[in-house]
Amino acid sequence: MVYISQQLLNMLQLGSIYAVIALGYTMVYGVLSLINFAHGDLFMIGAFLCFIATAKLHLPFVVVLVVAAIGTAAIGMAVERLAYRPLRDAPKVSAIITALGVGVFIENFTLALSPYPRHVPEMLPNVSWNLGGLTVSSIQGVIVVLSVLLMVGLDFIVRKTRYGMAMRALAWDIKTLPLMGVSVNAIIALTFAIGAGFGGAAGTMYAMAFPVIDPYMGIMIGWKAFIAAVVGGIGSIRGAMLGGYILGAVETFAAVALPSTYRDFIAFTLLLILLIFRPNGILGVPKTLKV
Amino acid sequence: MVRLYTAVLCLVMLMAGCAKEKDNAIHIGVIAELTGDIPAVGASCKNAAEMAVKSVNDKGGLEIGGKKYAIKLQIEDSAGRSEQAASAAQKLITRDKVIAIVGPNASSGAIPASEIAETSKIPMISPWSTNPKTTIDPRSGKQKGYVFRACYMDSFQGRVLAAFAMGELKAKKAAVLYDVASEVLKGQAEVFKKTLEEKGGTITGFETYTTGNKDFTVQMTKIKNGSPELIFLPTYYSDVPLQVQQARRFGITEPVLGSDAWGSHDLLALCGKDCDGAFFSSHFSANSTTPGVKKFVDDYKALYGSVPDDVAALTYDSFGIMFEAMKRAGKPNSEAIKNAIQKITGFKGVTGDITFHEGSGDPDKSVVILQIKDGEFKWFADIKP
Repeated sequence: MVYISQQLLNMLQLGSIYAVIALGYTMVYGVLSLINFAHGDLFMIGAFLCFIATAKLHLPFVVVLVVAAIGTAAIGMAVERLAYRPLRDAPKVSAIITALGVGVFIENFTLALSPYPRHVPEMLPNVSWNLGGLTVSSIQGVIVVLSVLLMVGLDFIVRKTRYGMAMRALAWDIKTLPLMGVSVNAIIALTFAIGAGFGGAAGTMYAMAFPVIDPYMGIMIGWKAFIAAVVGGIGSIRGAMLGGYILGAVETFAAVALPSTYRDFIAFTLLLILLIFRPNGILGVPKTLKV
Repeated sequence: MVRLYTAVLCLVMLMAGCAKEKDNAIHIGVIAELTGDIPAVGASCKNAAEMAVKSVNDKGGLEIGGKKYAIKLQIEDSAGRSEQAASAAQKLITRDKVIAIVGPNASSGAIPASEIAETSKIPMISPWSTNPKTTIDPRSGKQKGYVFRACYMDSFQGRVLAAFAMGELKAKKAAVLYDVASEVLKGQAEVFKKTLEEKGGTITGFETYTTGNKDFTVQMTKIKNGSPELIFLPTYYSDVPLQVQQARRFGITEPVLGSDAWGSHDLLALCGKDCDGAFFSSHFSANSTTPGVKKFVDDYKALYGSVPDDVAALTYDSFGIMFEAMKRAGKPNSEAIKNAIQKITGFKGVTGDITFHEGSGDPDKSVVILQIKDGEFKWFADIKP
């Protein structure tokens, strides 16, 4: 019982991080139908900004989180402005290839600056509590609570504010929106900023839980978060959150029930089966795709 | 026109100069990973090779059969790639006419290069390649005649570590976590498991992950559930800190044991206090008090300003073996050198005593066990097979 609860806690931590990254994919896809393959690498940039803010500047945790999120958001906006906006009317395939290229660029840029793995110092005192055999660490608590707060906040922005309404309108009809006096460029930039900012925040949380970072760390986790977004229904914000936790749960319990070698194999097989029955993801709606 | 003649004449003279350069030197080739993904390995190898040759040449050369020969190095870059390692070996043998080769270090390059050395009948010593296929022909399963290594093999290391775990650390129940994507680490994990079970121990958990994973919480929770007396982590040094930290976070306080994949000084900076007390196997200990090692470390520090790592030490020993064999052979001849290497016993190298058995390219030598203590790698024991 204790063992299963412990694994449930592990699942919550992993799922929270997947969910926060998956939101970045889903938001960009929602407004532009573009899969931003550079998102995993923006997550990595977030972790490196967190490293600079803690190891070099010795800032407190809350400031580190804000610096990493805003810094990554700025880079996300720059990527959109320089790489994606010129291609907005180009075929979708070109935009996706560009996204892959931007990802490789960001990786190699970081590699050129800092090729070695880096150790991120402790940002918050790490306390572990023992609750009848169950080990709960303060880091796990912070990650889960912070992720939920971020997700609730985003849900609120998208559903209740004017900017959120503009984003939803943009997703609905990009041609008509400018006629209503909304600046499409500004809303797209905002979407990228929020998406990348979430990536930066996730990078910080990840660096806090797993404090050795390297320029390739975003690749695998980026793919997994992308899959989480697809499972939940890409373009759907609540779907991305759900997908993150589902992927975390499947991965964790595949490793619990079977040797851990089969972890990814089982996890991805289950996801493929799920997609056969729900091709648009759990909360996704059918939509004619261009790519 | 006169100018053109002069130019042509100069060129001819230059070429003649090249062709005339026939001296009494012995040419030894080095293939190192100077660029690519493990440049630190290639740099250490090159440094140690140049140092070994310099120490001989400073004494007026190597005395072979009553005659002194200067040693000349031909260093080629393998870029850490298999095909480039093979072409470097080809180039050294056919163009530079080397009589022996030291390198490549990584098994991925040493295996293809060894094929070329074997067919060209040029003795080759790989300092750092632990894969069996370097010295053993995978098709026939027979030993290659001309290929040697200065380090021990993975299987040997796994056996010694299991013996160390049960003997010195008195652990009968062990859990293993390893990177399934690496053939080397997988091999170490499997041999460890097999040996421990043969000696009557039990494996309480045999967990894996793939390169790039940083979240080991699920595996650590499983490992803790099996309550082992020791955790064996044959994993690369960049993954070790996360694994040890996560284990400690779950309250796993049992001793941690690692393999030679831990052997980078970066580990100390990445891991901090968490790795204190952990043991791992290595090829070489820089703080050994043996006079030979001390001199090697001091000389290396004086030349390059850093502490030599295991690649440097193994390269230095490769040259030591090569020079010893040349002296014993009595003539700078590839065939004679090969025969002499096969007969080397009790060679006092900086990585321990090295003995070759007739017909085998794999040396008998001791495994160095290091312990991490107060932010340093401290020598703990030499385990002889």
